[in-house]
Amino acid sequence: MSNHLLSIVLFTPLAGMLILLLIPAAQKNLIRIWANVAAFAGFLVSLPLWVHFDRGNGGFQMVERGDWIPALGVKYNIGIDGVSLLLVLLTTLTGFIAILSSWNAVDRHEKSYYAMFLLQQTGMIGVFVALDFFLFYVFWEVVLIPMYFIIGVWGGPRKLYAAIKFFMYTLAGSVLMLLGILTLYFEHFNQFNFYTFEISELLKLNLPLGIQQWVFWAFFIGFAIKVPMFPFHTWLPDAHVEAPTAGSVILASVLLKMGTYGFIRFSLPLLPNASIDPWIVQTMAVLSIVAIIYGALVSLMQEDWKKLVAYSSVSHLGFCTLGIFSLNPNGIAGSVLQQINHGISTGMLFLIVGVVYERRHTRLIRDYGGLAHVMPNFAFIFAFAMLSSAGLPLLNGFIGEFTILQGAFEASRTWAAFAVTGVVLGAAYLLWVYQRTMLGQITNAKNRLLPDLSLREWAVFLPFMAWALWIGIYPKPYFDVLEKPVAQLVERVRPGYFEAQAARAQAALIDSGKETTLR
Amino acid sequence: MSEFYTATDHYVVVPAIMLALFGCAVLLFDFWMFPQARHRKYLLLVLIGGEIFTGVHLWRQGNFLSAQGLSELVAFRGSLVLDGFSLFFNWIFVAATIIVAIASYRYLEIEGEHHGEYYGLILVAQSGMFFLAAGTDLITLFIGVELMALCFYVMVGFLRGQKRSNEAAIKYLLLGAFSSGLMVYGFSLLYGLSGSTKLSVIGQAVAAREPWDPMLFLAIATISVGLLFKVSAAPFHMWAPDAYEGAPTTVTAYLAVGSKAASFAFLMRMYLGPLSEGRPTWEPLLIGAAVLSMTIGNIAAVTQSNVKRLLAYSSISHAGYILLGLVAGNQTGIKGMAVYILVYAFMTMGAFIVVVALRRKELIGEDIDDMAGLIHKSPGYAVLMLIFLLSLAGIPPTAGFIGKYYIFLALLETGHYVLAAVAALYVAVAIYYYFRIVRSMFVSEAAETPPLATTVGVRVALAVTGVLTLVMGVYPEPFLRLAQSSLTR
Repeated sequence: MSNHLLSIVLFTPLAGMLILLLIPAAQKNLIRIWANVAAFAGFLVSLPLWVHFDRGNGGFQMVERGDWIPALGVKYNIGIDGVSLLLVLLTTLTGFIAILSSWNAVDRHEKSYYAMFLLQQTGMIGVFVALDFFLFYVFWEVVLIPMYFIIGVWGGPRKLYAAIKFFMYTLAGSVLMLLGILTLYFEHFNQFNFYTFEISELLKLNLPLGIQQWVFWAFFIGFAIKVPMFPFHTWLPDAHVEAPTAGSVILASVLLKMGTYGFIRFSLPLLPNASIDPWIVQTMAVLSIVAIIYGALVSLMQEDWKKLVAYSSVSHLGFCTLGIFSLNPNGIAGSVLQQINHGISTGMLFLIVGVVYERRHTRLIRDYGGLAHVMPNFAFIFAFAMLSSAGLPLLNGFIGEFTILQGAFEASRTWAAFAVTGVVLGAAYLLWVYQRTMLGQITNAKNRLLPDLSLREWAVFLPFMAWALWIGIYPKPYFDVLEKPVAQLVERVRPGYFEAQAARAQAALIDSGKETTLR
Repeated sequence: MSEFYTATDHYVVVPAIMLALFGCAVLLFDFWMFPQARHRKYLLLVLIGGEIFTGVHLWRQGNFLSAQGLSELVAFRGSLVLDGFSLFFNWIFVAATIIVAIASYRYLEIEGEHHGEYYGLILVAQSGMFFLAAGTDLITLFIGVELMALCFYVMVGFLRGQKRSNEAAIKYLLLGAFSSGLMVYGFSLLYGLSGSTKLSVIGQAVAAREPWDPMLFLAIATISVGLLFKVSAAPFHMWAPDAYEGAPTTVTAYLAVGSKAASFAFLMRMYLGPLSEGRPTWEPLLIGAAVLSMTIGNIAAVTQSNVKRLLAYSSISHAGYILLGLVAGNQTGIKGMAVYILVYAFMTMGAFIVVVALRRKELIGEDIDDMAGLIHKSPGYAVLMLIFLLSLAGIPPTAGFIGKYYIFLALLETGHYVLAAVAALYVAVAIYYYFRIVRSMFVSEAAETPPLATTVGVRVALAVTGVLTLVMGVYPEPFLRLAQSSLTR
């Protein structure tokens, strides 16, 4: 049983979906209840991963390995390290919350709606646990189809445009990524004379810098579109705005992380020489910083509440990629943690927009104002989410951003200086939207009688708030989980990094010793 | 007698003979024994009997080859050959014929057309396909291609009462005859170069020539035109959209799968056999044709509103992808062509049979709008169509991805990086028009249309193609072994 724990986590949502398909479409309440049960079960079975995870081990754990397509050398190979552990937990929790939040919001074709969400859960978990590149690619693509339908069927007025744009954009990136994967596959055959897609085998490759760079760019297009990094972000505002609330939550909290995860899991370790190539690192850093500042500036200008949150994602994900390409332990660990934080706080922000949209069916900021008078609980939660997103100390966002900035500072002071402006701008657009919607007098008569949060809505927010507080106050368990895999990654990309650090610390110690003796 | 027609000859050729005889039998039964409408189903049974006979014989031939440890069995002094390659393609033809035939029954009823001639023509066409897969002599191959094509000219124009069916048949016939003429001209040049019609002798003569020999170039160019026409690759694709649209939908399925697979078998025999030494001459031609096919197929499909026409353009683009396997030309590429043709056969048939199922007495059911809201009316058909379309686009975990996988890998292995990138990016374009159908089925509101009333035949055909399209994507191992067997020489 425990040997197959990861497979159980992976396939619980799929099993839930298959059972869901047996329920007649007319039994709407039964469908809702079952979907929630299945998603909650998916979350519960993922909790033992956290308990059984061996923090002292930097490699992959709970590995399951079996033949799938021997003719191609494809294996069913799954396993997790600290990075995937956190993202899997984020996925299972967010999936459950997204499904719970849809109870009233979705009133047509419920069966297909929940089936799509559950299918997507399996796809996303699969992306984070796959250790075989072929398997990874299959899951990566599987995720696209449910999201197309979630946006295209249950979305807003421009849903068709947004859905196909999302699909085509991501697909164009993924097929180029596929070419990169196939190049590694076939280079591996050239060097070792057998075909395999397994990451552990591909890591043994010794590639010339030229090929590494080509493959890096192929991967980059796939991952950067998913993140999305500037200038590939244009699908994101459309998709986020048109998607139903739960779709936006999944999209922001989990789907975008597939891109950053790809950089950490594949680009850096498989292509170490390309990843420290100064030109590539500079490009990545510049694109990240542009995303941070540009995303924040555009957020400032939005009149649509949901679009504002969408653009804030571009800015926040810029921090994550900047952290990754700082290529030091602080940067990468901070980036992973910030991915979780972004999942939590942006997930909450989208849910918040969803709550008022369900009541008023408008997302324009100017239609609101003074909501704190009629919805005090709601105002409190919005304040919480906003401050978490803006990086207030004692909340999760602060820890992530701070660690990333530490990493960026170590890599280059200029980067850090630019990135800090993003933090300031972030606080600006978030506080401003809070002020315009929550504070002051009620400007619109329609808002006078809005009901405050229901019990179910509280239930939707509480897990995220608890998690945000935990990370904000006591992040040590998370850094413990990340320490070993991140150290291994840094050692892989920059061999000798830790020795040099230790030597420098030693030297500093001796220096200070000298000073004291002189005195 | 024994010199002229040996036991080996008989053993190799018997499927083709029996197919032709069964074809004649269907015609005779139609005329003598089962003239009434209520007896029509027996005609279908005769066809299936012929296919079972062929299938059993192919199975025994395959066992014989592996039991004897032979890689091939040459018959008629080198005019026909029984090898893994011919067996592989003949299996595809058998599957395609059965699936198309069982899906045709109700369609013919609705269109009010004759059953006997239809089944007879299908069987005789398949007999021609046999020669295309097994022929190793220019004459045999030419007879095969003409036998197949003549049946198709008639079948495309089978709906005599409909203008567009007649128009399609005329276009197909005129262009087809012209391209056959060009091809035969090329054959005559090859004969002039080598003094033989046997592919093996021609191969030696071609190898002895300089790569840029003008005679050889002319021969290769004209033969290429004929072959590219048959596989409906651009720039010789003009007939395909019209023929596909005008033909009865079941014939379209058979044309898109049977005829195309057979033509690709023919094309592979030519380019990998006698013309393989002429690669410097034909490789640029094929690269051009492949890129043009993908471009024209994928771009033109975007604006189509008729599903059959849309699938015709998609089929042109698939021809481009398959040709890329030949451009790469290594082991992976050739195997990739076989795999691609296999998966293409089932996903394309499936998609066309959904269109067949949409045909009702009152409704032609070929427009994208006719599919509006299909998910609410007939969810099974909508989901199957989604699977076929995803597979056509090449999204895992469906069969189409495995085909594209091989083609991309082969291109990368042989250093065709730009071609690989172009081919890959067209996948993203393709998704746009395939998803126009998906959008109509899943997002648009249902129009008031009569419900679908289909037969067991259509359902079985759809179930088989649908399951295979999924299984080949999720667990392709046995199918990859099958394709591998086609290449062991």
